Amino acid sequence: MKGTITTTDTPVAPGHDEQHSLSVYVANKPGVLARIAQVFARRGFNIESLVVSAAMDGRFSRMTIGATGDPTMLDQIIMQVSKLIDVLDCADHTYDQSVSKELALVKFKVNSDDRGEAIQIGEHFGVKTVDLTESSMIFMVTGDTGKVDAMLGMLSKFEIVEQVRTGKVVMTRGSEVT
Amino acid sequence: MKKSQMDGAQALVRCLEREGIEIIFGYSGGAALPIFDALETVDTKIKFVLVRHEQGAAHMADGYARATGKPAGVLVTSGPGAGNVITGLMTAQMDSIPMVVICGQQVTWMLGKDAFQEADIFGITMPLVKHSYLVKDTEEIPRVIKEAVHIATTGRPGPVLIDMPKNISQGDFYGELDQEMDLPGYHPKRCLEFNVEHVHDMAEALSRSRKPLILAGHGAMLAGARDEVMQLATTLNCPVTNTLLGKGIFPETHDLCLGMLGMHGTAYANKAVCEADLILNIGSRFDDRIIGQADKFGKDAVILHIDIDPSEIGKMVQPDIKCIGDAKVILTELNKHIAPLDTTEWLETLDGYRKKFPLGWKKQGGLKMQHVIHELFELTEGKAIVSTDVGQHQMWAAQFYKNDEPWKWLSSGGAGTMGFGLPAAIGAAFGCPDELVVSISGDGGFQMTFFELATAVIHKLPIKILVLNNHYLGMVRQWQELFFEDRLSGVDLEGNPDFVKLAESFGMKGFNIKRPADVTKVLTAALEYNDGPVLINAECVKTENVFPMIPAGAALEDMLTEPPKTKLAKPIGST
Repeated sequence: MKGTITTTDTPVAPGHDEQHSLSVYVANKPGVLARIAQVFARRGFNIESLVVSAAMDGRFSRMTIGATGDPTMLDQIIMQVSKLIDVLDCADHTYDQSVSKELALVKFKVNSDDRGEAIQIGEHFGVKTVDLTESSMIFMVTGDTGKVDAMLGMLSKFEIVEQVRTGKVVMTRGSEVT
Repeated sequence: MKKSQMDGAQALVRCLEREGIEIIFGYSGGAALPIFDALETVDTKIKFVLVRHEQGAAHMADGYARATGKPAGVLVTSGPGAGNVITGLMTAQMDSIPMVVICGQQVTWMLGKDAFQEADIFGITMPLVKHSYLVKDTEEIPRVIKEAVHIATTGRPGPVLIDMPKNISQGDFYGELDQEMDLPGYHPKRCLEFNVEHVHDMAEALSRSRKPLILAGHGAMLAGARDEVMQLATTLNCPVTNTLLGKGIFPETHDLCLGMLGMHGTAYANKAVCEADLILNIGSRFDDRIIGQADKFGKDAVILHIDIDPSEIGKMVQPDIKCIGDAKVILTELNKHIAPLDTTEWLETLDGYRKKFPLGWKKQGGLKMQHVIHELFELTEGKAIVSTDVGQHQMWAAQFYKNDEPWKWLSSGGAGTMGFGLPAAIGAAFGCPDELVVSISGDGGFQMTFFELATAVIHKLPIKILVLNNHYLGMVRQWQELFFEDRLSGVDLEGNPDFVKLAESFGMKGFNIKRPADVTKVLTAALEYNDGPVLINAECVKTENVFPMIPAGAALEDMLTEPPKTKLAKPIGST
C-alpha cells in the first residue's frame, strides 16, 4: 500500500522483493569491477545498484550488487563471478539474516507554507536536512529499502526535483566476516 | 642508486624461461620492439617462431598445448596485432587450453587517447580469457609472469593475456626475478580435494545400474586420467562414449567404445544415451552439441557429473549426483568402490545398434572425404597427431579417424574456428618433433590461414596437409539443403586457387587426388615424404551430407541416420 510507514529497520522479506543482493569480496585492482559487470551484461542481466569501496584491509574491496532476474541464471552468475581470479568470495544475502542499508538524497520544491509538513515527514523517518533554500530542501535518509521507498512515497506530494540512491550495502549479522 | 641489470623486456624473457615457456609464436611491431630486442640480447633457450598472421600464432600455441599439455607463448604488437589474436583466444578459452599471450601496448601516458595502434585489448578480451593483466610498473613483471603461467596451467586451464606498454618493457628493472605470487582469490590446489561422500553415492548408484554409460570428456584428458577411465570401464564392463575433445582418452577401437556422441556422433552412441539408466559424465561440460534438447537429455537416467569447475555443474543438465574436483583423483577413489556390473544384455543391445546403424558411405559416385580419411587412418595405423579445421570434414574425421591415445586429436570444439587446422598442426609439430602430424582441412577453412604454409616450409616441418576440397562451405550447404529447401546462399567457393600450385609457390611439395583409385597411392607417397611439409589436395564430390545428424535444439531421439524423406522444420537451436 502506498505510503505504508515502517518505523523499524527490517530486513527484506522473501517474496516481497525480487531483487537479489550479492556481496562480493574482491582484490582492490583496476579492471575488477568491469570484469564482474561483464559477467552480468553478457547474460542479459541488469545490475540495478552497485556499491563498492575499499574494505578494512585496503588490498581488498567489498562490493554489494543489486540485480534482478531469473533465479537459476543467478546461481550461474554467482558461480561465474566466484570463478574470477580477483574474486575471493561471492554470496547471495537476499534471504539470510543480514543488515542491509542504503542512503538516498532527495531534492524537492517546498515553500514556507509547506516546510513545516515536510519537516514533520522528515522527522518521522529520521532524515537529516542537508540543504535548505527559500524554495527547496534536500533530505538525506538512511535505512533499509522499504523505509527509503516509504519516505520517497510520502514526499511525492511535493514536486521532487531529483533523487539519487546508493543501493544497498550488506553485512551479515554475528561476529563472523560476511 | 642501485644499477639496473636489465630492462623490463629482458626481465620478461628471463621470467618466461624460468616458468618453463619453451617456445613463443609471434609477429613483431612497434609497441613490442623492446621485447623483440630482448629475444636477441638475452641468452635464452626459448625458441621464437615468426608467423605470417597473429591468428596463426595463437592457433599454433593452441595446437602446441593440445599435443603436449604445455603452454606456449604468443607475442604480438598493439592495436591490430592484438586484435588479430582475439579469435585464437576465444578458441583456447572455449576448449580450456593453456597459453600466455603477450601484447605490446602504447606507452601508458597515451592510453585512452586513440594513439597510434592503441586498442583496449585488456577490455576487449575480458570475456575471452581466464585472466588478464595490464602491467603498469616494470617491477611487477616477474610476479605477473609467474602468476600468468600458474593461472594458465592450473585448475581448469585457459589463456592468459598480458598487455605490456612500451615504456614498461623499455624501463629499467631493478628488482629480483624471483617474486611471490599474490593471488588470494585463486586456490587451484583445492581441485585435488573432493567430497568422498559424493564418490560413495556414485559407486552406490553404479552398483544398481544395468544399463550404464560413461561419457568421457576433455576434462578427463586434461586430468591425465587415461588409466583411471580404463580401469573404471573395464571393471564395470561399462560402454564408453566420448565427446569431440575427449577422443582418445579411451581407445576408440576398444570393444566397449561407442565413439563420439552428439550432433554428428555415431547412432549407437546416441541410442546408448537415450536408453541408458545411468550416465557418468567425466569432464565434459554437457555442451549443446551433445545434449540436444536439455530437458530431454537422459531423462530416464541417473546422471552423475564429475567436473573440476563448479559452474559447469547444473549449467546445462542438472545431475543427480555431482563430484567437484580433479577427475584423476576422484576416479582413483571411485575405482576402489566399484565391482563388475551385469551388462551383458545391455552390451548386446548396443552391439545390435552398431550392426544396424554402422558408420559408412556410398562407395559409388566419386571421391568421398570419408574414404580419404578412412584410408589415412589405415595407413597411419591411427597413430598420427591429427588436427582438423571446421566443418563436414571435421565431423567425418571425428567419425573415421579413431583415436586410441589422448593428446593426439586437435580440433576446435567450443568455438568451431575455421582456419584452426593448419596452424594447430604446425604448433603440434614444434611440440612433438618425432611424431607424425597430419592436418585435415576443408577448402574453406584452409583458405583462412594457408599463409602459414610459409612457416611450415621455413622450419621444414614434415606435416602432411590434407585439403579435402569440395568447392563448398559444406556444412552450411548441408543445412541449407536440409532446412532451407536447398536455397544456397553464401556457400559457393568458386575461384578456389589450385592448391597444389599454391603449395609449390611456397616452395613445398604438392599432390592431387582426383579419383578414388588414387587415394592409397598418393597418401602413401605423401606419408613417405619427410623433407618438409607436403600438401595433398583431394577433389571430393561437391554435395555429400554428414549423418547421423541431430538438428540443433532437437532431442537425441530425433536423430536422423539418413537423408530425410520429408521436409524438415527449421531447427530451434542456433547453428
